[in-house]
Amino acid sequence: MLATSAGLAVVVILVVIAVLRAGSATVASQAVATGLMTGAVYGLIAMGLTLIFGVLDIVNFAHGAFLAVALYVSFVVVDNWGLHPVIALLICVPLMFLLGAAAHRGVLSFAIGRPLENQLLLTLGISLLIENVLLMVFGPNPRSVALPGERSYDVLGVVTNLSRVLAFVMALVLATALYVLLQRTRLGTAIRAVAANHTGAELVGIDTRRMYTLTFAIGTACAGAAGVLMAPMTTIQPTSGEVFNILAFVVVVLGGMGNVVGALVGGLLVGLTEQLGGLYFPGQSPLLSVFVVFVLVLFLRPQGLFGRRS
Amino acid sequence: MAVGTETPVTAPTTSGRTGDRGIWPHLVALAGVAVILVAVGQLVPAGEQPLLVRTLVLALMAIGWNVMSGFGGMFSFGHAAYYGIGAYTSVWLLTTHGVSPWIGMIAGAVVAALVAVAIGFLSLRYRLKGAYFALATFAFAEMLRLFVTNSDTFNRASGYTVPLRSQSWWNLQFRPNSPNYYYVVLGLVILALLITMLYLRSRSGRFLVAVRDNEAAAGALGIPVMRTKLTAIALSAAITSVAGTFFVQYYFFIDPTGAFGSQVSIQAILPAVIGGVGTIWGPAVGAIVLGPLSEWTASVLREPPGWLDLLAGRAGLDVILYAVLLIVIILVLPKGVYGEIRDRLARR
Repeated sequence: MLATSAGLAVVVILVVIAVLRAGSATVASQAVATGLMTGAVYGLIAMGLTLIFGVLDIVNFAHGAFLAVALYVSFVVVDNWGLHPVIALLICVPLMFLLGAAAHRGVLSFAIGRPLENQLLLTLGISLLIENVLLMVFGPNPRSVALPGERSYDVLGVVTNLSRVLAFVMALVLATALYVLLQRTRLGTAIRAVAANHTGAELVGIDTRRMYTLTFAIGTACAGAAGVLMAPMTTIQPTSGEVFNILAFVVVVLGGMGNVVGALVGGLLVGLTEQLGGLYFPGQSPLLSVFVVFVLVLFLRPQGLFGRRS
Repeated sequence: MAVGTETPVTAPTTSGRTGDRGIWPHLVALAGVAVILVAVGQLVPAGEQPLLVRTLVLALMAIGWNVMSGFGGMFSFGHAAYYGIGAYTSVWLLTTHGVSPWIGMIAGAVVAALVAVAIGFLSLRYRLKGAYFALATFAFAEMLRLFVTNSDTFNRASGYTVPLRSQSWWNLQFRPNSPNYYYVVLGLVILALLITMLYLRSRSGRFLVAVRDNEAAAGALGIPVMRTKLTAIALSAAITSVAGTFFVQYYFFIDPTGAFGSQVSIQAILPAVIGGVGTIWGPAVGAIVLGPLSEWTASVLREPPGWLDLLAGRAGLDVILYAVLLIVIILVLPKGVYGEIRDRLARR
């Protein structure tokens, strides 16, 4: 709770500074609205990543590639087959779950306990593999998905649209679902047990390797959900996931690894930072301020926001 | 458990063994390799020179990475920062002040070492380890890339083209496909290997391995942990920066993504992991495997054998094959090609 209120205080201060910098409340509130909407999607992507990072301790650079797969699945279902995105969600999430399970069982599970760079390069290899399969199948041309019934809203001069609102709401719903799964179910308890103490979990009869695979699959399924929800607002290319992968790491750090709710809050913060950073330093890339925040959090809140479980 | 009390990320594959049989076998091997590679330069046709040069540049980058991450156990995922600084410092000095690339190379190495020490000091001061350390180094490299991309002083996203000057050793410019490029980078690689060997044998290098294997014990014995680590980081960054300087002069072009992109950091890590992390020869062996690998996959699929005909001409397929081979090599040889062979021989 302390982190939440501290975070809120920081956000309020940042917004006030942004209003002063921009000299207009509308510009600032537009930035805040866009930041929160985009941030919810970042949170959604990061939820899966934070689970994988927290439980498996793998720096997973394939997460963005899985996201790209989901984008293309959404493209095929919505654009080629003419079905509604909700159906894409129903197809994509199980599919990505299986893909994640396959990637872990087929590759990463052999590297459990290996040095960090070994596992990181394996995820990079998987990412390279997936991106180029996508390139081979769909070609390099950018694609896009249109949400049926897409419309824009104008609330007091702040403009947004249906797909963003939908993604925002769904991110909240999915975060809740994942939270319940982790906190209230047998499976979730087992996953948390493995994360907290690998050896202890094995001693009480938990099949840790299976839990690792399941966790990786669930994390990848999250990327699947995120991919479908963000498909209408992004350009779909084989490498589309990369930048989100990096942003998701920032979110994971902000929210604390393995912390699903933290990922959502962190996502909102990163979304805000990106938009407000654009106001603070007009000449620079918005990503720069994201990285500055990232490094500051790494340095100043290693225990609180990014500490290891004891 | 505090952030600072984690086990080392890099498995101590060489613990205590780095100096067992002394440095002489390594020096003799280095001399032998040098002679062979000079001969290779004479024999190989000019068309194959670019591949050899690229392979040696890979080796140089990875030799640098290996000092900090292999022997020092501090996993850097941001060596693009130092490669990029080496490239940009020299090319900036050359285009704006007409300074020779050789001077630029030294200047680049100094700047890279200073920046690396600053980044390293902050990261170590705040006790980052393992994945967190890696992500911090990654973030700094990305920040440099974004800064350079948006900086008018460094030509923003368009980067630099190296101006053509008179062809001479001093200008580090030769006729296209001149074998001299190969000899220059070969000399740099051999120098880097020699420096690595001497460093590991020095007091500071032995401190480094001790700190990697058990930081608390090393500190208790009076080893200056921070200074030891920063020395390794500076040396590591300087070696990788030289690769950047050379490659710009060879390729005549650099832009922010080519200098500071995460792809570059990966290129510094891969040969070391494929060859053997924390071994003197690992990065070079890994580069020899990796350099031709992408070339080979591309050529196999350009003219596929009969049963693979249907795959010909599909974009991305060569990289797919490359990625699969990469995954298989990492899975099958966790200690790397050189590490695995050495351990087999040692067991006998």
